[in-house]
Amino acid sequence: MIEEKKPGNDDSGEILADATSGEYKYGFVTDIDTDIVPPGLSEDVIRLISAKKGEPEWLLEFRLKAYRKWLTMKMPDWAHLDIPPIDYQAISYYAAPVKKKDSPKSLDEVDPELIDTFNKLGISLEEQKKLSGVAVDAVMDSVSVKTTHREKLAELGIIFCSFSEAVRDYPDLVRKYLGKVVPYTDNFFAALNSAVFSDGSFVYIPKGVRCPMELSTYFRINAAGTGQFERTLIVADDDSYVSYLEGCTAPMRDENQLHAAIVEIVVEERAEVKYSTVQNWYAGDKEGRGGVYNFVTKRGLCRGFRSKISWTQVETGSAITWKYPGCILAGDESVGEFYSVAVTNNRQQADTGTKMIHLGRRTRSTIVSKGISAGHSQNSYRGLVSVAPGAEGARNYTQCDSLLLSQTCGAHTFPYIDVKNDSAVVEHEATTSKISEDQIFYCNQRGIPTEEAVGLIVNGYAKEVMSKLPMEFAVEAQRLLSITLEGSVG
Amino acid sequence: MDSLTQYIRLYDEHAATICSHAPEALNRLRPHALARLAAARFPRKGDESYPAISIDELFAPDFGLNINRMAMPVDMTATMHCGVPNISTLLGVVVGDTFRPSTSLERNMPEGVTFCSLARAAEIHPEIIEKYYGRLASGRNAAADLNTLLAQDGVFIHIAAGTVVDRPLQLINIFNSTAPFMASRRVLVVVEQGADARMLVCDHTQERNVPCLSNQAVEVFIGENARFDWYDLEESSDDTSRVSQLFVDQQAHSRFSLNGTTLMAGRTRNNYFIDHSGPSCSTRLTGMAVGMADQVVDNFTCVGHHFPECKSEQIFKYILDDNSQGSFYGTVIVDEAARFTDARQTNRNILASADARMYTRPRLEINCDEVKCSHGATVGQLDANALFYMRSRGIPEAEAKMMLMQAFMSDVIDTVEIDALRTRLHQLVERRLSGEAARCADCKI
Repeated sequence: MIEEKKPGNDDSGEILADATSGEYKYGFVTDIDTDIVPPGLSEDVIRLISAKKGEPEWLLEFRLKAYRKWLTMKMPDWAHLDIPPIDYQAISYYAAPVKKKDSPKSLDEVDPELIDTFNKLGISLEEQKKLSGVAVDAVMDSVSVKTTHREKLAELGIIFCSFSEAVRDYPDLVRKYLGKVVPYTDNFFAALNSAVFSDGSFVYIPKGVRCPMELSTYFRINAAGTGQFERTLIVADDDSYVSYLEGCTAPMRDENQLHAAIVEIVVEERAEVKYSTVQNWYAGDKEGRGGVYNFVTKRGLCRGFRSKISWTQVETGSAITWKYPGCILAGDESVGEFYSVAVTNNRQQADTGTKMIHLGRRTRSTIVSKGISAGHSQNSYRGLVSVAPGAEGARNYTQCDSLLLSQTCGAHTFPYIDVKNDSAVVEHEATTSKISEDQIFYCNQRGIPTEEAVGLIVNGYAKEVMSKLPMEFAVEAQRLLSITLEGSVG
Repeated sequence: MDSLTQYIRLYDEHAATICSHAPEALNRLRPHALARLAAARFPRKGDESYPAISIDELFAPDFGLNINRMAMPVDMTATMHCGVPNISTLLGVVVGDTFRPSTSLERNMPEGVTFCSLARAAEIHPEIIEKYYGRLASGRNAAADLNTLLAQDGVFIHIAAGTVVDRPLQLINIFNSTAPFMASRRVLVVVEQGADARMLVCDHTQERNVPCLSNQAVEVFIGENARFDWYDLEESSDDTSRVSQLFVDQQAHSRFSLNGTTLMAGRTRNNYFIDHSGPSCSTRLTGMAVGMADQVVDNFTCVGHHFPECKSEQIFKYILDDNSQGSFYGTVIVDEAARFTDARQTNRNILASADARMYTRPRLEINCDEVKCSHGATVGQLDANALFYMRSRGIPEAEAKMMLMQAFMSDVIDTVEIDALRTRLHQLVERRLSGEAARCADCKI
């Protein structure tokens, strides 16, 4: 039996090698003027960033406190990742496309090159605006470029703008919530982001408002030698609902680029936030040269009674991913969900998962994580489910499955379960498998070539998560999955 | 001064005495252990894999050590009650960390079996001690190195190639000290090719209210096609702490099975390191714990699959009441070469009181695609529907709960392949669950 299986595997190795040679299709560089602060990090650089953005004194203080804290911290080394040393002084902490003196009044005034970039990305602002009804805030390098549909949202009292605008126009709101879910002391990268963040998005949904369209941010690192440190803050007031989408791309570059973002979500009584990510940062070439280091802190606070946060992520890019979107379930009967598909190929490394902190009574959480590893990649799920003594009747269900597509990749599972309440029910289950030859054979027999069959099986495997994505993203995510893994057979 | 330093100082002061009462084979490894310990520290609560217990704290009290190898009196009639009814064993007794020679054991020793103290083994089988002693435990962690540094004697078990031992071997570890005492227990088991043996071990403390610590290191070598079962029962006292480490090396086609039961203890940390050194090995680790009062039970497992077609299964179950805390940290590592591995891991826990705590970390590290691996972990309560069903049929609540808890533990107990021991464990667990003071059926201890 064993002898019979071996030749099959060798063949499939070749198919995988062929299929994974597909080029990174988002690897273009946009040739537009960029205003870059020289590399290096010091209090002066932070003051310069703050001054460039015309920030109030309290925000500068916040940055400086974070920077001083960061100086005392060490880069975390507990993850199952092999992170080469990062020279934080070699990175430029601010890169903005140069704006005309007056901000553009309409899309016509936006740099045509920039519009072209977004067209290439398939998120033409113009088109989006007219056809899909998705409001887009595009963040290029560090600065939010354009937010569409602002007026329509404003009618409902929804605030959706760049972070800098929010600081200027709604300082009280920003000050009230900034750093409340992810304090600058949280971790090394959170402190770094809090010190140097340059822009991002701000969303406020007022009481009782159901946001009529998907809100979306597109992130792109364009300039060489820069890092991207954006910050997203979403506040959903009582009885409101919003679905928020986030997409990321970067050009192909030999050196590694750093992306250290923070996402904070605050959800009040009976409100719901659905946060979806399709992460497709440049993953480096087949030998592992270049690629984005994606070190992100995402956390939501379910503060109100019956509030709900749902994280959905499709992670296909980045050379190294270090990311654990979490929910603090503080309100009674609040709900946290985490659906994830993480795909690694070639030399990619991912250590990703979630944290569900149950504090309130009868809180519920669901975790479904699907890892797919191919090539020489390492893919880890790391998740914490913590039930505090007061979380009467808390309920968690965790399922994490791994699919291995080559003999040389790794799939690891590190669940942490801490239960301090006797009425809690916590379940965890995990399986590891490969695509069985029987499945491939069945498809082949029916005239489906091996590559397509793998695509079918992988998509079927990830379907549980994909179905949670909003329509606009589901198609793209499915395509991404196929591009990354087409034809992979273990 | 941290707790490790006090023992290093103690060794520095009394190295000559310690060495003079120990065989040369044990003394030879001490300098290496000392060198490693100089740069080491004991893990503390909150360190990775130590969510519930601080090894540093366990070693912190100023324990006495029996470095002059004084004879410690023990009431042998009491220990004899530890015998399992309907089963005849080859019985060895360790008091503190000293193996007591017994004429009945010598007389009944089957051919091909050596069961004696390490000191005696160093005289009769120096080549085996030379080859195996310290090979698995050295450098694994600070507690294992400290054991190597301080152990002066221990237990030696050797089963010659092809020997099938019908009677189980039994080892009773007893603490009988009136002053705080630490025992560095050391066990070396060599099961040669094609041999087959089973071992029962139980831990007891005679003097209650006296803090005792057992720092135990067991090295087990299982040869090709051999089979070895290890049944471990801990029933000590609230004031007894235990750091027990089992290092197992399995050659091709060998079979190892462990059943670790913690019924009564103060604070317990069990480390199980199993490594496969050949293809087609089979490993089964099962464990259960009943935690009450302020007890802490912490099991750590690490099964390393390095060769193809090996199989491992882990089932650990806990019932935690009062303020007790439980921790399970299970790791399965599958190397690139370990194709056709089948590894399963299950951890199920019941929290029976509002103040009980459970930390579980079932981990998989897989570097090969041709594998079947799964793990599952749950923390919950007794099924309310089942309880209601039983009560509605006239079974009182307390009894219904007892029956459900018994049933919960039964799939661990049922892995025990010795009938008499299985029945005995069912009884002991029932007694323990009913809240009776921890003692075996008729034991005076």
